[in-house]
Amino acid sequence: MTTASLIPAAARGEVTQARVIHSEWIKLRSLRSTLFTLLAAVLAMIGLGLLFSYFTADRWAHLPADEKAHFDPTLVSLRGFYLAQLAVGVLGVLVVSGEYATGMIRASLSAVPRRLPVLWAKALVYGVVAWVLTTAASLVAFLIGQAAMSGHHLGTSLSAPGVVRAVLGAGLYLTVVGLLGVAFGALIRNTAGGIATVFGVLLVLPVLAEALPSSWFQNINPYLPSTAGQGLLHIHQEPHTLAPWTGFAFFCLYALIALAGAGVALKRRDA
Amino acid sequence: MIEAHSLTKRYGERTAVSDLSFSVRPGIVTGFLGPNGAGKSTTMRMLLGLDAPTSGRAVVNGRSYAEHRAPLHEVGAMLEARAIHTGRSAYNHLLALAATTGIPARRVNEVIDLVGLREVAKKRVGGFSLGMGQRLGIASALLGDPATVILDEPVNGLDPEGILWIRNLLKGLAAEGRTVLVSSHLMSEMALTAEHLIVIGRGRLIADTSVAEFTAQAAGDVVRVRTEDAEKLRALLAAPDVTVESRAPGVLEVTGLSSDRIGRVAADHAIALAELTPQQASLEEAFMELTRDAVEFQAPAPELVAAGSEGSAA
Ligand SMILES: Nc1ncnc2c1ncn2[C@@H]1O[C@H](COP(=O)(O)OP(=O)(O)O)[C@@H](O)[C@H]1O
Ligand SMILES: [Mg+2]
Repeated sequence: MTTASLIPAAARGEVTQARVIHSEWIKLRSLRSTLFTLLAAVLAMIGLGLLFSYFTADRWAHLPADEKAHFDPTLVSLRGFYLAQLAVGVLGVLVVSGEYATGMIRASLSAVPRRLPVLWAKALVYGVVAWVLTTAASLVAFLIGQAAMSGHHLGTSLSAPGVVRAVLGAGLYLTVVGLLGVAFGALIRNTAGGIATVFGVLLVLPVLAEALPSSWFQNINPYLPSTAGQGLLHIHQEPHTLAPWTGFAFFCLYALIALAGAGVALKRRDA
Repeated sequence: MIEAHSLTKRYGERTAVSDLSFSVRPGIVTGFLGPNGAGKSTTMRMLLGLDAPTSGRAVVNGRSYAEHRAPLHEVGAMLEARAIHTGRSAYNHLLALAATTGIPARRVNEVIDLVGLREVAKKRVGGFSLGMGQRLGIASALLGDPATVILDEPVNGLDPEGILWIRNLLKGLAAEGRTVLVSSHLMSEMALTAEHLIVIGRGRLIADTSVAEFTAQAAGDVVRVRTEDAEKLRALLAAPDVTVESRAPGVLEVTGLSSDRIGRVAADHAIALAELTPQQASLEEAFMELTRDAVEFQAPAPELVAAGSEGSAA
């Protein structure tokens, strides 16, 4: 009388990584915070890119000579990444910490008691979603930005050397920021703590490094996560930085280490 | 079938569960009873592999929980702290859980109807009342049509209608041959729902018994006797391990002798008895008596006991 139809033995599926990925996709798309935060990232990327492009072109005549010499029209149109990384990082943290805050993690881990598939699925699903959206936003920001600067004959095009790398690089950088968020969300299990850690690593470390004696700074700066990761966005390599893809490889390595640490913690700790 | 083998859980200095062994059989509702802080929720989290035991082992349907390839089909659980993201709708919550083992959306709709949440299924869980949250928790537990169901304090905060619904649901699940373990800190509720009891206090096993046995033991050995010859009978019954109290003229409360024995003594001395009744202590009293030493935050105990005995004498 109580339990409706029963599930026959043949229809009782096992937990697989693919199914956990499907489950995490349902979870991600069924929260309003996902929509709002990703929308904020896309708007920041495109809107700020347009503003920076427009005002740079507008003030061009008044810019000091050395700024003109270092002018990188691609980077100017992608400047929105700085704000977008906040949204992408926060949502990465929330993907995990939101489950701890509400207790949902217990339901998730009792459904998948081996646990690690949940973390990998979260990273993969969120990584792919973040990558698609931020790459598209980066391309749009670039095109709109160049259009805004073209009136002053300052724009560049996708066929110029390094431009495709920079445009795709913005999406890649933001995706890895999102993955760092997932990793720190799982390590720290608390939204505020996770967010503080991600942005401590990305925004505060470089500031602290600048306080070091300059010889130390020159040695350390190339390997700072943000410096290493953002090299992809610069058409011309900055002083005291690694080559773009080398730097990005380091950035990915940091994210992988953080995710591996998160995996170990998830496996070991009580839920 | 659930088995706990010497389960022990320490959180730092604090021992939440201590050397706890029991087994839970299919086909009946087993009540997991203990005062607040006794370690019920901790034990259940260990059964589900969420908290790792400091020592000992928990086995569900023949394996430790984490070894099951299709856990939702083996064990359905509702934990005390709502394990539900408040930003998601009930439907999507269940759909996401179901996806982990490929349970189809049809089954999600079935359990939503089963617990009576059809009308609010697409609403965000954050706006749910306590009762609706409990129903959703039960829907999650039943999603995989599991052979074993574990519910932590399912009647907490429910209205009488909800309590009755859960009681019937649990009995129905057991009647279908499932293993049902339900925790509660209310003896009265368990007496109505469960057939078997596992009682713990301060993390230790206090009793593992059927409700019927528990009730019989709870009756204790107080016998109420009413007779016109109260004083004479009182003198005849006197013995080192027998106490006789009299709260009203002509009424004795005898501890330490069975009613058979008292009747025999009275007959031998030609004392007419107007009443001879073994007293049933209330289950709640028996439970409090049993766990008195194991209550974590104790109210002044003498008051509790006094209030209880007056209640039964009245
Ligand atoms: N995660 C934890 N960390 C520290 N102490 C805990 C934790 N969980 C439970 N406890 C302690 O363990 C004891 C048992 O708690 P619990 O299992 O929740 O009891 P019950 O469910 O029977 O009320 C309590 O003293 C509680 O404070
Ligand atoms: Mg509890």
